[in-house]
Amino acid sequence: MHTSAKVLTFPPHAPVVETAVAITNLHISDGPTAILQGIDLTLSSGGITGLIGPNGAGKSVLLRSIAGLLTPNRGQVCVATELGAPAMVFQKPVLLRRSVKANLIHALKIAGVPRHQRAGRLAEILVMTQLTTHAEAPARRLSGGEQQRLAFGRALAADPGLLLLDEPTASLDPASTAAIEVLIKQTAARGVKVILVTHDQAQARRLCDDIAFLHHGRILEQGPAQQVLTTPQTQTAQTYLDGALLL
Amino acid sequence: MMNDFAGAFRQAFGLIVTADAELLQIIGLSLQVTLSAVAIAAMIGLPIGALLAVSRFTGRGVVIVLMNAAMGLPPVVVGLTLYMLFSQAGPLAVLSLLYTPAAMIIAQTVLVTPIIIALTRMTIASLMLEHGETLLAMRASASQRIITLLIEARPALITALLAGMGRALAEVGAVMIVGGNINHATRVMTTAIALETSRGELALALALGIILLGLSLSINAAAMLLRPKDIGLVHAH
Amino acid sequence: MALILLSNAGFADPIIVQSTTSTQNSGLYEYLLPVFEDETGIEIRVVAVGTGQALKNAQNCDGDMLITHAKAAEQEFVAQGFGIARHDLMYNDFIIVGPANDPAGVAGLKTASDALTAIAKANAPFASRGDNSGTHQAELTLWPEDPAPSSGDWYLETGSGMGPTLNAAIGLSAYTLTDRATWVSFGNKGDHVILLEGDPALFNQYGVIVVNPSHCPNANIEDADTFQTWLLGPAGQSAIAGFQVDGQQLFTPNAANP
Repeated sequence: MHTSAKVLTFPPHAPVVETAVAITNLHISDGPTAILQGIDLTLSSGGITGLIGPNGAGKSVLLRSIAGLLTPNRGQVCVATELGAPAMVFQKPVLLRRSVKANLIHALKIAGVPRHQRAGRLAEILVMTQLTTHAEAPARRLSGGEQQRLAFGRALAADPGLLLLDEPTASLDPASTAAIEVLIKQTAARGVKVILVTHDQAQARRLCDDIAFLHHGRILEQGPAQQVLTTPQTQTAQTYLDGALLL
Repeated sequence: MMNDFAGAFRQAFGLIVTADAELLQIIGLSLQVTLSAVAIAAMIGLPIGALLAVSRFTGRGVVIVLMNAAMGLPPVVVGLTLYMLFSQAGPLAVLSLLYTPAAMIIAQTVLVTPIIIALTRMTIASLMLEHGETLLAMRASASQRIITLLIEARPALITALLAGMGRALAEVGAVMIVGGNINHATRVMTTAIALETSRGELALALALGIILLGLSLSINAAAMLLRPKDIGLVHAH
Repeated sequence: MALILLSNAGFADPIIVQSTTSTQNSGLYEYLLPVFEDETGIEIRVVAVGTGQALKNAQNCDGDMLITHAKAAEQEFVAQGFGIARHDLMYNDFIIVGPANDPAGVAGLKTASDALTAIAKANAPFASRGDNSGTHQAELTLWPEDPAPSSGDWYLETGSGMGPTLNAAIGLSAYTLTDRATWVSFGNKGDHVILLEGDPALFNQYGVIVVNPSHCPNANIEDADTFQTWLLGPAGQSAIAGFQVDGQQLFTPNAANP
């Protein structure tokens, strides 16, 4: 299902992928409304990239186009083939009406994990997401935070090299948010490239290595997190970071 | 007339407790024909309904309208059409299906399949809105998405199958024509009721009706008991 | 799989008899068929519809033989080459039944034509089969005026079998013409009674026909012929005579002596 984005084939034997995602001149519109208006973005491998910006800036659309869920009207999105298909976690987890375990096994099956490896991967994910004691519980009866941990674990089923997170903690309380942030850091620490859409500046500061700031479907700032968050180059970004409403 | 009602219940009870052999045969054939028809209709209707829900193709709207309209197919018309096909004077005479339970199964399958297609499509379409993006993000193939949603929709689909079975079990016009209501061969509950009515044996006819109702009730209760355990079932679309 | 297993169970091909409803509704077949089946091992399957539909189904080769009661139509069926020959099998008679209070004053009249004239003059409700069955064809010949009445507020064509038509007549306090066998064995007589009987015009002859193998090559002619011979022979004829409901004999055998 990654047909919408043309995949660049990096040299297959390169020991380290230098570029994880390369986006050139990306335009996406919803009917007559332009949402992304010429995005150029190159993300190096490893680390956590934050996509920030006001509501309607196009952050989620950009993330979905990287995931291959949206077809560009113009331009292209390239994901290093070495990273495999990107996995995604949404703001609101949509779980199957089955047990926690069954949800994960379903994801492992779809990810093509061979049968004999599933039990091991299942146990690993349950431990990582701290859901081992809930394995048999109906997924939809879990708390919001537990459901999001399960959705996170499900995204890890395919052992992705690129993980896309769309405001994964926006609906969660601080304790649940902290648990998800731990998972994000653990995942990045294993070498997975993470792209995080967030409107929480403090979270961006806690987690991100580099940040892109979007406004009206364009990238206005891009650079190391510290730099973008403290010394933005544009007045718009400064206004946003000051907490003022951008119209 | 009130005596008839009382008599009907007495007769129904009597037929049941004595396990009337002829009645058991008729009930057996009713169940055999209807359950076979619903099983075949499910094999056809569940995947087609799901496909209509998840796919987009030209003419899809037309197919949906046709299937919805087919839910109202008059059983007599279905029976007559199949009679003309299966008759020795018809194009499918070589199959020798007329006046056999197989012909009755086909007739009921034709009646039930549109119901299952329409209800499946509605159920799967609403689940698709909920789960579609997640499944696409998981890179699930089209068949994986359909199977996942069909399993997810089980409670509503069981209701769809029961609705189909209700129609098949209650239907008389089609099985009368293609089955012929032949004693010991193609007589089912509804055609037996029609026969007893035409004999003026109204109490007996009503007694058979009560038993048919009980049968339908038992099947629905069994389906309820066999339902997948409540694992966060919040929906009954 | 189930389809294949279900079709044509059994060893030999059963005979399919396309029949009028009165013989089935009266219970004649439940009495006759076991006797014949025990003797010969031939299974008989009866499809009971009106005579008109029975002839049509047999013309489509969906039956091996016919037991019906519309002599003219049966002779036409044979003349057109659909049947081998038509034989008289048995008879009974038609009767006019109606509500006991008899608003049209039918009781006491001598002929069916007089009775129907009285019913028409009184605009009293009359339930007609209206289905081209043997009984319907007989009724149409009895109306004195030609054409027979058209369906209206008092002349009601039910378009269905004898049983449903009797149920309608009883529900509507209407008169109707019925064969005696169906009436005697009918379970829902209400307060209806026989108001006219015995007119020679009400004679009701049943016939038997085996379909023509040159028209229906797949028909089970051999077994149908065996059944016909049995019905027309002494065993069948005396079995018919022995069939009684409530102490009344419903059919009188009258096959021409072979």
